[in-house]
Amino acid sequence: MNTPIQSRKDITPAAKNTLLIYLSTTLAVLLLMMVFGAVLRAGQAQIINLDLTLFYKLMTLHGAGMVGISGLGSAAVMWYFLSKYIKLSTGILIANLVFFLLGVVLILGAILIGDFAAGWTFLYPLPVKSMNIWSIESAATYLFGLLFIGVGFLLLYLDIGLALIKSYGGLSRSLGWHCLFGNSKEFPPATVVASTMVLIINTLGILVGAVVLIISLINAFYPAFQPDALLVKSLIFFFGHVFINAAIYMAVIAVYEILPTYTNRPWKVNKIFLAAWSFSTLMVLAVVPHHMLMDFNVPTWLATIGQIGSYISGIPVLIITVYGALTIVYKSGIRWDLAAGLLFMSMYGWASGVIPAIVDATIHVNTVMHNTQWVPGHFHFYLLLGVLPMIFGFMLHITKKPSNENTMNNSDKASLFIYLFAGVGFVMAFLYSGKNSVPRRWGVHLDEWLATDQVATVFAVLIIIAFFVIASKFFLRLPNLLRH
Amino acid sequence: MNPTFLPWLITITCLLIVASAFTFVISSSRTRNEDYDDIVKRSYKFRKIFFIVFLLGGIIITSLTMKNLPYDAHAKVSGDVIKVNATGHQWYWDIDKTHFIVGQPVIFNVTSADVNHGFGIYNDKLTLLNQTQAMPGYINKLVHTFDKPGKYKILCLEYCGLSHHAMVAELTVTEQ
Repeated sequence: MNTPIQSRKDITPAAKNTLLIYLSTTLAVLLLMMVFGAVLRAGQAQIINLDLTLFYKLMTLHGAGMVGISGLGSAAVMWYFLSKYIKLSTGILIANLVFFLLGVVLILGAILIGDFAAGWTFLYPLPVKSMNIWSIESAATYLFGLLFIGVGFLLLYLDIGLALIKSYGGLSRSLGWHCLFGNSKEFPPATVVASTMVLIINTLGILVGAVVLIISLINAFYPAFQPDALLVKSLIFFFGHVFINAAIYMAVIAVYEILPTYTNRPWKVNKIFLAAWSFSTLMVLAVVPHHMLMDFNVPTWLATIGQIGSYISGIPVLIITVYGALTIVYKSGIRWDLAAGLLFMSMYGWASGVIPAIVDATIHVNTVMHNTQWVPGHFHFYLLLGVLPMIFGFMLHITKKPSNENTMNNSDKASLFIYLFAGVGFVMAFLYSGKNSVPRRWGVHLDEWLATDQVATVFAVLIIIAFFVIASKFFLRLPNLLRH
Repeated sequence: MNPTFLPWLITITCLLIVASAFTFVISSSRTRNEDYDDIVKRSYKFRKIFFIVFLLGGIIITSLTMKNLPYDAHAKVSGDVIKVNATGHQWYWDIDKTHFIVGQPVIFNVTSADVNHGFGIYNDKLTLLNQTQAMPGYINKLVHTFDKPGKYKILCLEYCGLSHHAMVAELTVTEQ
């Protein structure tokens, strides 16, 4: 019996192997970044004596690494399923990986050799004003690294865009507008709708990112060129916000495609589904000002959009997807295995992470929560317990030999439970610290804050153990799959 | 009341509701109801109610929270107002007045001489009371009225380099 990825006859062996390398890279980088994350928390907790230069370098690496690798793993999910409906180029898939790895090498060099530590968001003008801690060349290397990664993703989206237009006759049709606004009953598959949304938002996001990276690079080498700090910040946050949201929307395709196979119930695309995804396409782009509610020179009407937009932005898709997942699992007689459990968990993490995000998008709350640990609390909720379980569930599903019985052995149950338990504990520690006004991104914590940091460190270690078990399952299957 | 208590309470309540919904569905997932159309029908009905409740909640919260925004507070504040210049540097605060009187409104003209910083006002219990960004080329006018005497701290809330955590200044507030 073949695994789902082996059974696919419509994609080349090279594409299959490339996807497996995407996933292996994702797991390897994740492990490293999780260890760095735990080291950062242990340093804040004063469990270990972490050199402060190293703390801020690792903080920069952890941020860039986690955002980048979430994008790569999620892209694998989208490509795998989207290629069932449209013909995609294996060469471009490989090119994206090559650009990504080149970018990673540059970023690693900038940080580990060049001591670059301006945070992954490279907020202008910090990269060029380090108080001589790192050089202009280090900053430029980091910026070029991000640019390489962006170029790879742009190529991937270009290929996807062309294929969607070719197969569906335009992006409006692959978003299903002919059904939404017309009488057609030829609904595009959920994967195609979601991929079109991602294509639109992330192409814009990465293009804006490229612009701001080039602005930053010009400033690095020609300091007389001094861009407006507020404009650059807006562009950076637009890029970062859209890129990480796109990662979620790419990875959630795994839920649409895989969960119905466990419940033997279809995931129906209807007008409400299409309306929700179209609406979210606009709203994801419109809510960016919620990152800048404490910049009082941003026009008040934009800040207002930031708050109100945040309340309604993800909700349509969230209600459609999370609620849809709950509905197809309810009284389905599902036989749980680790992959199904992880995918279902991802819906819990996504839905939960949105709550503290919306709360913090309220301007009066943002006044006392912005840039406290509340912020990493909410985004770890939907990355650690949302996006990552989507990717894990996907990789375990496509590499598993089919059997009549979906089963969970003790190690599956233990890893799932520990990952969930420790994950919730870890993010709640962040949220609790945020409630207690603990600033984010501080290498030195005051005595009053240490107890929560120490608890968070224990949870971080537990997460890594559970992750290791989950990742091992995939790596043990890998040699057979590659040989095949 | 601690200004973060209500957001915390709302968050915990909503998180518990989400967790309960997932627990309920998991606990009922192993038995199979073949009439999926009926489940979908009931589910859609409940989804509609949920959506309306969410929408109404959002409208009510928005209308309640859109008043007294901090952005133009400096133009509205009246009485014996004190204006203070606060400039962030790597890695210290340059504040031209650090002693204040309870009840007297203060307008902090916050800016930066180099990179982005965050100007966070903390009380003696290390609770964050108010903040704005300190950005090169811009002045953010933050209005704050101290309501209790004591020692207050200014902590940097935007990562600004390797001694970001060391950017702490102290303010003193007295009754007179």
